[in-house]
Amino acid sequence: MVALATNQAAVFAAAGQKIDIENVFHQFELEGEPLPVLDGIDFSVEPGSFIALLGPSGCGKSTLLRLLAGLDHPTKGDLKVDGENVGDPDPSRIMVFQDPTLFPWRTVWDNVALGLEARGIVKKSRQRVDDAIQLVGLGGFDKAYPHQLSGGMAQRVALARALVNEPRLLLLDEPLGKLDSLTRLTMQTELVGLWQRAGLTAVLVTHDVEEALFLTQRVLVFGPRPARIVADIEVDLPYPRHRGDPRLAELRREALGHLGLAATW
Amino acid sequence: MASIDPALSDRTDGEPTLAGRERVGIWVLGLVAAATWIGVAALIELWPEIIPQPYGRELAIISLVFALALVVVAAAGRLLGAAASTTRYYGPWFVAAAFVVAGWEIVTAKTGLLPVPFFSSPQSILEVFFDDWSRLGMSVGYSVLLLAKGYFFGALAGFATGVTIGWSRTASYWVHPLLRLIGPLPATAWLPLAFFIFPTSGSASVFLIALATAFPVTILTWSGIASVNRDYYDIARTLGAKPSFLILKVAIPAALPHVFVGLFMGLGTSFAVLVVAEMLGVKAGLGWYLQWAQGWAAYNNMYAALLVMALMCSGLITILFRVRDWTLSWQKGLVRW
Repeated sequence: MVALATNQAAVFAAAGQKIDIENVFHQFELEGEPLPVLDGIDFSVEPGSFIALLGPSGCGKSTLLRLLAGLDHPTKGDLKVDGENVGDPDPSRIMVFQDPTLFPWRTVWDNVALGLEARGIVKKSRQRVDDAIQLVGLGGFDKAYPHQLSGGMAQRVALARALVNEPRLLLLDEPLGKLDSLTRLTMQTELVGLWQRAGLTAVLVTHDVEEALFLTQRVLVFGPRPARIVADIEVDLPYPRHRGDPRLAELRREALGHLGLAATW
Repeated sequence: MASIDPALSDRTDGEPTLAGRERVGIWVLGLVAAATWIGVAALIELWPEIIPQPYGRELAIISLVFALALVVVAAAGRLLGAAASTTRYYGPWFVAAAFVVAGWEIVTAKTGLLPVPFFSSPQSILEVFFDDWSRLGMSVGYSVLLLAKGYFFGALAGFATGVTIGWSRTASYWVHPLLRLIGPLPATAWLPLAFFIFPTSGSASVFLIALATAFPVTILTWSGIASVNRDYYDIARTLGAKPSFLILKVAIPAALPHVFVGLFMGLGTSFAVLVVAEMLGVKAGLGWYLQWAQGWAAYNNMYAALLVMALMCSGLITILFRVRDWTLSWQKGLVRW
């Protein structure tokens, strides 16, 4: 569907961030009652790697992503990025949500330029916006409004909006969750390509076992809420991967086993 | 290259087609409409009036000119462009209007079925436009000026208040009860007090119109700001947005559709206050003209002033909708005025 331009790699050459999550607890207040969501999460991610947080819906994995982005702060424990505690949101760590959540009053170009505009550097960086739009294969759609785009195109714009800031950590919260299955397969391949070229650290939250195994190097399996890590699966396969690889099927059985669904496979 | 979304190609087709746009050649309905208007002219000219009235001939001539214009549009087809297709769209209306004018003419000037001083014939209203146009025109000018001042300050104050209480919890805590108490009070209830407090009746009227405008604008702006999708803020914050950016570039644009509903409602209430203020305080404007016409039992003038006022209010709302359509061109499925 989309041939990605490979000569754009130089534009996004920032190195990935290292993540250290140390014994993080988190709870919400729900009608006065504390509702624990994260229960002693502890792991590290090497710079430049691509990992998945896999678990049942509502288990708290998206919460962990929001903590990493700095949108919320943990009740207890430390989240460190490159050795420093995560404070307020920072454009070096960018989140892509399940809904593209484009600003409907802005054109594609203006949506992608959002982060640069917020930091007051859009005038100097117009080329970067153009490059990011090219990178996700939407050249020529600069002036389109979000309501004119299909779901897949909108999600590509959301990716470009993240990548234009040259993030060093990309936080993906089920970014392909609402796409139709064909677009989804295409976008999975594109995500791997983007990650490889940009050289950033990427954390993907998903409840799709195949997606986690096909895309990432390491899959952390979460139990039901309050979430604990129940398994740490290394996906020891080189890219490009093949969906029919017997090793993937083997790992899938293992992962489903940890989720209590072994009987279905 | 990604395939083009069908929604995009839709746009190039332009407007949903108005009736008749696709038809080529002579516009038959247009000729029918022209014939009915020629009929109106003949009726006015040939049927003797029960009470002789001036400007009957002028009205007949206007009807003929109108008929001629319809013939031109009917014959010229698409050569006249957008104006012609709009005219064609309203074809059935022109026929209906001809019958209404003819009926009106018959029950007033021709037979006197409706009592004379209270019901005016078409030509006696035309008479007002011909003989009293300067006073009517001045009145429109005064009305528009007064309305513009009041509406401008009211909309501005309402917008600022709405944004402030939509954004700040503290402001909302203090302003909300006041708004609940004072907002629903009709602005006209302040009238006696306002004319007493303000140095001139003009400034009092500006205040009252502003008050009437500000309430709906405040409420709608506030609800607009409050209903902005929280994810927009999260997105902007992760991209490095400061609070000022969140207000100016996220909250306000996202709230604009609501704000325009408030501006529309505010305009409606401001008309009501304008007329009352002009009738009771300011001795100028269309409201005053109506009052003056009543004083002299000049019902013809009253009908003419009502017609002018309707055109003025409708025109102002049209302008507001044009501004909205232009501002919110990113939305799909806008209601047309």
